Amino acid sequence: MIGQSITFNVMLGTALLGATAGTIGTFAVLRRRALVGDMLSHAALPGICLAFIILQSRNSIGLSLGAFGTGLLAIAVVTVITRWTRTKEDAAIGIVLSTFFGAGIVLLTLVQRNATGNQAGLDKFLFGETAGMRGSDVQLLFATAIVSLVVVIALYKEFLLLSFDDDFARAQGWPTLALDLVMMGTLAVVTVVGLPIVGVILMAAMIILPGAGARFWTNHLGRTLLIAGLTGGAAGAIGTLLASPLPAQWLGVPVQEFGLSRRSIPPGPLIVLTAAAFFLFALLFAPQQGVIAHVVVEVRLRLRITREHLLRALYELSEPSLPNRPKISESQLHAHRTWNRRWLKWWLSQAEVHGLILRADHSVQLTQAGLVAAAEVTRTHRLWELFLVSNAGIAADHVDRDADDVEHMLPAALIEELEQRLAATGKLPMRLTDLPRSPHDIWADG
Amino acid sequence: MSVVTSSNSSPIARTVPALEIHDMTVAYHRKPVLWDIDLMVPEGKLVGIVGPNGAGKTTLIKAVLGLLPLASGKVEIYGKPYGRQRQLIGYVPQREGVDWDFPVTVEDVVLMGTYGRLGWCRRPGSAERKTAARCLEQVGLTSFARRQIRQLSGGQQQRVFLARALAQDARVYFMDEPFAGVDAATEAAIIELLQRLRSQNKTVFVVHHDLQTVRSYFDYVILLNMRLIACGPTEETFTTANLQETYGGRLTILDEAAEAVRQREPIR
Repeated sequence: MIGQSITFNVMLGTALLGATAGTIGTFAVLRRRALVGDMLSHAALPGICLAFIILQSRNSIGLSLGAFGTGLLAIAVVTVITRWTRTKEDAAIGIVLSTFFGAGIVLLTLVQRNATGNQAGLDKFLFGETAGMRGSDVQLLFATAIVSLVVVIALYKEFLLLSFDDDFARAQGWPTLALDLVMMGTLAVVTVVGLPIVGVILMAAMIILPGAGARFWTNHLGRTLLIAGLTGGAAGAIGTLLASPLPAQWLGVPVQEFGLSRRSIPPGPLIVLTAAAFFLFALLFAPQQGVIAHVVVEVRLRLRITREHLLRALYELSEPSLPNRPKISESQLHAHRTWNRRWLKWWLSQAEVHGLILRADHSVQLTQAGLVAAAEVTRTHRLWELFLVSNAGIAADHVDRDADDVEHMLPAALIEELEQRLAATGKLPMRLTDLPRSPHDIWADG
Repeated sequence: MSVVTSSNSSPIARTVPALEIHDMTVAYHRKPVLWDIDLMVPEGKLVGIVGPNGAGKTTLIKAVLGLLPLASGKVEIYGKPYGRQRQLIGYVPQREGVDWDFPVTVEDVVLMGTYGRLGWCRRPGSAERKTAARCLEQVGLTSFARRQIRQLSGGQQQRVFLARALAQDARVYFMDEPFAGVDAATEAAIIELLQRLRSQNKTVFVVHHDLQTVRSYFDYVILLNMRLIACGPTEETFTTANLQETYGGRLTILDEAAEAVRQREPIR
């Protein structure tokens, strides 16, 4: 029971950390500054070691101040490099991050070799550790979470403006430099507080993953922040739980049988893996913006285009004999335009099932309903073509629209004018309005 | 929009220019981009800022708005330094300057125009939403209010920025290439809007590339090529002699005009 309450206490702490890092990290992601968090955490390592060497104690405030100091120094160095030399920002971040981290590892090794260093336990800053978390650590996380939440809520409007368009913000009189410092300062505080738990190497993931994943679910900044906070918090709690001996206990498996001691899997990596799982889920399954949704849209588009091509080809081949509906040989159809044969075959069978065509020994004939649908598709296509040719300047906004939209996009008077011009050249497909409505709508998404 | 301020009738205000620049020099990396600019523009004008690429047109606007430090000189809006007149100014930056994938809707962007009046920590409320709706209506984007901004075409995005500037309810507007990448219909709509602003006695500065339309669009013109070539009413200022001086000897004016036309074509 005691083990459980400690675990839940730690879970609360890591959940708070995940939620805070995810929320404030979203701004860094949106401003394309995701790597700043990575740099901050790596650059904190030499600061932690220096603070320990100077203070000769593990006082967490002292170590945090050290981490904060070298983190800010790293940001300053990157700013100077990008501003005054020809090195670009990404290269500068890479250089500064690895240099500071290298210095940190050297210092860490020196400290560990030292007699007092053996008990320093500074190596927990590399991968993080929650085993030693106390009530005061959770309180610190609580305070950090509340402060950053208050900052984000109070300055939501200002942060939004700064992140979207900082020139406009400055022209409007906002002190953008100060706002930027508050935003990045909050990020730095959250990073430093999170270091002992998640570790310098993986802390960046806590900042980047929740925001990057949340972006898939919504197009609203407030909801992006909320989702990032929730997934970050959930990742913190779940990762900690997975690292604890509790799941094994619940499954009735004695921990020792795995050869695992309680501390062998640090929670940091498990928290990050959980956050990555949330991200992957968003990437794949988010409606509209997820990969699967994109594939579905793409496939539907290609289906519709092939369908329209088929109907138009059939109409054009039937056109000379209208209003009779001639039999068209499949070889004629094949020759009419370049087809993907397999798609064409499938569409022909679909068209037959939907009663748009009749098929008999290698020839195709439009049914009455099929003629109506084909005439409609051809009509809109030709109107659209004519419009694009004659109004190229105005149409630039609309070219990516599909032909079906012609009725919605263009004013009725213009459509009438275009129809008259088509009719004058004898190319206006007949409108068979007295016939039953084409099955087009039902079929389009099929 | 509500306009016609008292300054309209007051004889004193009429003599105070909307924009006055004295001895302004702007430098990037120790290299001056604008030299000793001295100009004065009265209120109620549509002002075209014209000059070749790299002439410092955008720099001029950014320096006036305090986005770039002045190496020397001073800028006054209605007789006072910019910092004290921010509420009077509307800004339309170049469209390329922002990330259009940002999670905001069209309405959110237009509401940003009201932030200056709102001040610290206050959120836009129903009054601001009404303003935003009115401004969106003026640029013909009412039905797009809830769209994410990436789903708009280039011309529509440009109109969103215009609506945001309208929401600033300013007296002096600075627009950086509002016609870049917009189609002919949008360009006509924007010009109509600018003329409406002028009829409300507002002053609008527009960075412009198409020499052929300068005469029909603007009643005041600033010709710029790192230094000020000329500034005054279009009739007197937009002359062949001045244009030759602005665009230099290396190209004929017609070539420049043709290039300007090409640049304006929609990028797809």
